[in-house]
Amino acid sequence: MNRTIERQRYLIDFTIASLARRRGRNLGLFAVYTLLVFVLASASLLGYGLRKEARTVLAASPEILVQHLLAGRHDLIPESHLAALRDIRGIAAAEGRLWGYYYDAGMRANYTLMVPSDRTIEPGTAIIGSAIARLRNLGEGDAVHFLSPKAKMFRFGIAGTLPSESELVAADVVLVSEADFRAFFGFPAGMVTDIAVSVRNPKEVATVSAKISRLIVDARVVTRDDILRSYESLFDWRQGMITVLLAGAVLAFVILAWDKAAGLSAEERREIGILKAIGWETSDVIAVKFWEGGLVSLGAFLVAYTLAYLHVFHFGGALFAPALKGWATLYPDFRMVPEISGQQIATIFFLTVVPYTLATIVPVWRAAIIDPDTVMR
Amino acid sequence: MTGSPFLALQGIAKIYNEGRHNEVRALADIDLDLEAGKVTVLMGPSGSGKTTLLTLVGCLARPSAGRVTLEGRDISGMPERFLTAIRQRTFGFVFQRFNLIPGLTVADNVMLPAYPLGRPHPELKARCRELLEMLRIGDRADAPVQWLSGGEAQRAAIARALVNDPAVVIADEPTANLDTALTAEFIGVVEMLKAQGKTLILTSHDPRICDAAVVDRVVEMRDGRIVGGR
Amino acid sequence: MRTSGRPSSKVIALLVAGGVSCLATLVDSTVRRDTDLASRQSRAALVASLGLTDLSLFTEARYTRHPAMADLHSAFQDHPAAWDHFPTAAWVGPPQWGNQGE
Repeated sequence: MNRTIERQRYLIDFTIASLARRRGRNLGLFAVYTLLVFVLASASLLGYGLRKEARTVLAASPEILVQHLLAGRHDLIPESHLAALRDIRGIAAAEGRLWGYYYDAGMRANYTLMVPSDRTIEPGTAIIGSAIARLRNLGEGDAVHFLSPKAKMFRFGIAGTLPSESELVAADVVLVSEADFRAFFGFPAGMVTDIAVSVRNPKEVATVSAKISRLIVDARVVTRDDILRSYESLFDWRQGMITVLLAGAVLAFVILAWDKAAGLSAEERREIGILKAIGWETSDVIAVKFWEGGLVSLGAFLVAYTLAYLHVFHFGGALFAPALKGWATLYPDFRMVPEISGQQIATIFFLTVVPYTLATIVPVWRAAIIDPDTVMR
Repeated sequence: MTGSPFLALQGIAKIYNEGRHNEVRALADIDLDLEAGKVTVLMGPSGSGKTTLLTLVGCLARPSAGRVTLEGRDISGMPERFLTAIRQRTFGFVFQRFNLIPGLTVADNVMLPAYPLGRPHPELKARCRELLEMLRIGDRADAPVQWLSGGEAQRAAIARALVNDPAVVIADEPTANLDTALTAEFIGVVEMLKAQGKTLILTSHDPRICDAAVVDRVVEMRDGRIVGGR
Repeated sequence: MRTSGRPSSKVIALLVAGGVSCLATLVDSTVRRDTDLASRQSRAALVASLGLTDLSLFTEARYTRHPAMADLHSAFQDHPAAWDHFPTAAWVGPPQWGNQGE
């Protein structure tokens, strides 16, 4: 047993000594592979974290939302539907929601204006999301002026900001009173943006939404499950796309490793011949190649995973922020809950370490079974 | 070793690329007994088959026909793995162009044949140092082998051949690239090894070697056959 | 002859260090977990009390701000075959709705 370990250590000694002969090239290769695995692992951790976040946080969103559709577009829905909805058996409550978008031309930012149902806002005041507070440098007691779509200036005193830990869900939210909301947008009386419905028995959501569809034929009914599902698939398949793209890069790298291992120079072949002549077995030569591929890719994986963890959970995925942000000037400053699953780490491991190692070993097979007397010929 | 030869070859033939158009009959009808503790030189012009014979003696290759007996054991039919094991423990090789692995240090090169055996590292290092001191290149241990002079490279190659303490040292054209002074030094090393009880088998067409006092036996070869000896 | 450590010792030490740093991420995630879960609780509470439906990650357009609320055609506001204007469209696809009710 000790002998086997000692022997493998000698083989590692040899592997390192021979890698050190082209230190610059091999370190460069290691660095590039680490970078690649780092991006892959970051995308995976960020995607998984956001998916988990959406799944748990949005589980508290309204059970059913009823929207009115007009010519394929979201339209306002009359409050008169509320009474009819409340009559449906199984519905615990139905409530009109008022929300809409405001484009702040000065800041080139989109805000979501909302009338909250859980608190009363004094007319002429607003509570703002903390990303807006940061962007416009606002605090309690300050005031903002918004130019309404009807070209009228509105002044809102800042009555408070939403807690900063809520930025992931309410970075751009501006809470205003109903009177202000309707006046600002010229929102017609008797209409609301959509209707939130809660049901008595969560198992009856499907039945209830079918009833709602029959009652309001031009409505679109969105259930909480739909919301969760859309987030699941949103991050799922986009992260899948990125994984596929990066898997392409990993594959390219594997091909490089394969080519490097298969295209042995005459020099390298002679070296294998020498090793065999002085008493190395075929398996020793292959073991050296195994260590070469394994040490490089395992090292790259360990370093890259650690960096990816720091990147995503301590630096908020800063490198991906430009892609997530897009044209937006408003971007939540969020701290992700570190969600790691063993399966996810195993996937990254098998995607990066195994193919690279195999690509280093397999092509050497043929060179390794070279006759030991070749060096004498 | 009681009377019977250390290494015996009977009816050996070696054919390369057998059955193909580029078939080469390198050796035919070789019968040769080698005694332990002696210095034997296989002499002949290039193409006489002496190097091929050396590969058969050193278990680097198997004969196409005939029998190789090492210490009374028939090894000509053994699978590659067993030959490797025998080679590791019984033979040390000094190749014509030394075949040191460039980029590695002298010490790393010397220790290479011992790696698959998994000996404890301090012991192996001590052995390596001892050999390099014995061959008077101890101060070059950490130098990359490409920095060595011809004589130093040969001594590094000899140290590598000796690291597993083999009974037999095989050297192919050891003085081909050496001047007179270095050849004399090499013969000194051969004398030292012989004094330590090693069996040496060399190939050469260099009269400086063949006529050396330390040589016990010269086997003359031509066209793949043994044509004489003394 | 060199007496410093063998290459294999150094490499094994480096790999162990890498492994330890990977394990340290697990420790770090457990240590943070309580405070982070508390802040997630407060997010969920706000979602419940305000009736929020979406993450405010992408604020550039209404179908990226509220992927779950955007109407069915909003990913193709200009033309069904139009290129998307927004880089975040690489992250957010048009919502896919399952069968609702019967």
